[in-house]
Amino acid sequence: MNDLIIALIKVVFIWVWVLLIAVVMTWVERRGAAMIQDRPGPNRAGPFGLLQPLADGIKLFTKEDIIPAKAKKLLFILGPILFSLPAFSAYAVVPFGDKIILGGKEIILQVADVNIGFLYIVALGSMAVYGIVVGGWASNNKYSILGGLRATAQLISYEVPWGLALLAIVLVYGTFSLREIALAQQGTFLGILPNWGVFKQPLGFILFIVAAYAEANRVPFDLPEAESEIVSGYHTEYGSMRLGVYLFGEYVNLCTLSALIVTFFFGAWHLPYINMASFLGPISYGIASFLVFFLKVSFFLWLFVWVRWTVPRFRYDQVMGLGWKALIPLGLLNLFLTALAIQLTA
Amino acid sequence: MINHDDYVKINIGPSHPAMHGTLRVVAYTDGETVVSADPEIGYLHRGVEKLGEHLSYHQFIPITDRLNYCSAICNNVSYEMAVEKLLGVSAPEKAQLVRIIMMELARIADHQVCVGILGVDLGAFTPFFYLIIQREEIYEIFEHYNGARLTNTFGRIGGVEADLPKDFEQRWKKLKEGIARANEETDKLLTHNRIWMDRTIGVTTFSAEDALAWGFTGPCLRACGVKRDLRKDEPYSVYDRFDFEVPVGKYGDVFDRYMVRMREMEESVKIIDQAFKLYKDMPADAPLMAKVPKTIKPPAGEVYSAIESPNGELGFFIKSDGSDKPYRIKIRPPCYMVYQAFPEMVKGEMIADLIACLSSLNVIAGELDR
Repeated sequence: MNDLIIALIKVVFIWVWVLLIAVVMTWVERRGAAMIQDRPGPNRAGPFGLLQPLADGIKLFTKEDIIPAKAKKLLFILGPILFSLPAFSAYAVVPFGDKIILGGKEIILQVADVNIGFLYIVALGSMAVYGIVVGGWASNNKYSILGGLRATAQLISYEVPWGLALLAIVLVYGTFSLREIALAQQGTFLGILPNWGVFKQPLGFILFIVAAYAEANRVPFDLPEAESEIVSGYHTEYGSMRLGVYLFGEYVNLCTLSALIVTFFFGAWHLPYINMASFLGPISYGIASFLVFFLKVSFFLWLFVWVRWTVPRFRYDQVMGLGWKALIPLGLLNLFLTALAIQLTA
Repeated sequence: MINHDDYVKINIGPSHPAMHGTLRVVAYTDGETVVSADPEIGYLHRGVEKLGEHLSYHQFIPITDRLNYCSAICNNVSYEMAVEKLLGVSAPEKAQLVRIIMMELARIADHQVCVGILGVDLGAFTPFFYLIIQREEIYEIFEHYNGARLTNTFGRIGGVEADLPKDFEQRWKKLKEGIARANEETDKLLTHNRIWMDRTIGVTTFSAEDALAWGFTGPCLRACGVKRDLRKDEPYSVYDRFDFEVPVGKYGDVFDRYMVRMREMEESVKIIDQAFKLYKDMPADAPLMAKVPKTIKPPAGEVYSAIESPNGELGFFIKSDGSDKPYRIKIRPPCYMVYQAFPEMVKGEMIADLIACLSSLNVIAGELDR
C-alpha cells in the first residue's frame, strides 16, 4: 500500500513538474527569442512577463473551438491527444534524480525503473508521429496533409539514427534500464574524463542530438510546421486549446528529450569529479541530485531555444538526405566501432 | 501541357505567410515538387495609372508612394524627374544631392527588408530583427525630414521641399555604424551558414541571356552576372560624380540575389557619404527648387524617364496633351518583368524553393499590380 502511494505521488509530481516546465518553456522561448533578437519580448503580464503563459492559457481556453466542417471529427479531436500523450508517458521511465531516504525508506526518484526502459522510450518516441499525421489528415487541408506527410517521413527517418545512437549506449553500459545507465556514469575513466556518455560516445551524442532536434520538429527540422511554406503545417486548422495541446505537447517533448540527453550522455545527476552522496545527508542528497539533473536539463532546453533562433530551416530533400545518407551510415559505423572497442577491451 | 488532374493543386496566397502583400500562386505539385506555378496578379490593383489621368501633376506624387512602398522615395523622385524632363527643367544641384541621399537611404531600407524577409522565409528569423531595427533608424530620418515614414511623398516637381534636417550628420554617423553592424551580424548568421548555403546556392538559377530576354533589371539581373545599373550606365541626376561599385553575381540563384543586395547596401553607404560631403560644401542658401509654375502645364509631348530603383529600372512614361493633367501615365515597374519569369524559374523545384525564390525576387504587390 505504501509503495502504491509513493508511486502515485511520484506520478503526480513528475506530471506537474513536466507541465510546469512546459509552461515556463513557452515563456523562456519568447523571452529568449527576444533577447537574441534585440527586442523586449512579452513584458506586460506580471514581472518580466512571467504570467504570459497563464494569459495565453486563458486565451486559448476561452477561444471558440472550431472544427472545420469537412474535417474528420473524431480524428480531429484525437490528433492533439495522440501527440501529447506519448510525450508525457515517455517521461515515466526517465529518472529525475538519484534517490531520497524518507522515514527509513529508500525512494528512487523515477516513476518506474523498468528494465526495458530503453525500448519503452523508443516505442513511445515513434508514437508521436501518429498525432501529427492524424491531425494533418483529419483537418482536410492541403497544407495540413503536406505537414503530416513531411512529419511522417522525417520522424520515421530520424527514428533510425536515434535508435542506433541509443544502441551504442546500451552496448557501452550493458543495460536497458535508464537508471542503471545513469548510475554507471559516476566517477571518471582514463583517469581524467568524467564517466559520461558524451565522452564514451562522442559521435553517438552528435547523432542523438541531431536526431532529437528532428524528433522534436524544431528548427532546423521544423518542416512539418514550416510557417512560411505550409502556413502552419499539420496544425493549420487547429485553434483554441486543441492548438494549445499541440504546442504544449511540443514543449513536453523537448523536456523529455532534454532529460534523455542528460541521462544518456551527461551523467544524469552526477557532478563531474564530485561525489555528492559522500558528503550530503540522505534527504539533501536527493534534493541536490534532482536539482543537478534539472540544471543540466534546463541547459539543453535553452539550447533548443538558442538553435531555433539562430539557424535557417532545411529543405525536405535535404532533411531526408541528411538522415539517410549521413546519420544512418554514421550510426552504423558508430555501433560497429563501439562493438569492436568493447570486444577488444573485454 | 501537363495534365492537372494528376497533381495536387495548392493555392498559395493571396493570404499566406510567405506571400508578401497579396500575391497568389496556383501551384500544381507532385509531392513536394512543383510541377507548375501560375502567378495570378491583380489583388492589389488600384488603378494607379488611370488615377493619374484625373489628378494634376503634383497630386499624383502621393499616389506614387503606393507603388513600391518599401522605398517610396525612389518612386517619388522617379516620377518627379519624368515630369521635370517633360517640362525641360532640372532640379538645382543641392536638391539633387538631397534626393540622392534620401534615395540611397530608401534603397538600403528596401534591401534590408528584402534580405530580412528572405531569412524569415527560409526559417532564420533573427537577422530580420537586426536589419529592421536599423531600418527603423532610417525611417526616423525620413520622419525628421517631412513627417512621413512609409509613404513619404518626398520632393516636389522641380526640386525638394525642404533641406536636410539639421541633425542629419549626427544621425547618419550613428546609422552608418548600425547598418554596418547589422549587415555584419546578418552576414555571420547567414552567408557562410551551411544550411543557408544549401538552401540558396543553385536554387532557381537563371542565365544572363534568359534574364535579359525576360526584361530583368536591378539586383535580379545583376545576380545573373550582367553588370547593368542605370546609375552607372545612364547616369541621371548627379550620380556620375560618385565613385561606387556595381556588385554582380554569377549564377542568378537565390544566394547571388542575396549577396548582390547585401553588397549594394555597402555601396549605398559609400554614395551617401560622398553625396553628403558635396552637400556640405554647398552654400547654405543654395536654392532647393527650380523655377516651376504653380500650375504645371507641360507642352504637349511624351517622355520616358527611368531610375535605378532598389528593385531595378523604374520608369515613368508620361504623355501630355498640354493640359494640367497628364493624358496618360504608364509605369514600368521592375517587379512585373521579374515576376513573369517566376513560373519558369520554379518549375521542377520544391515548394520550399518556390517560397525562397519569390522572396529573393522581392516582388512587391503594390508595384506589380499598381
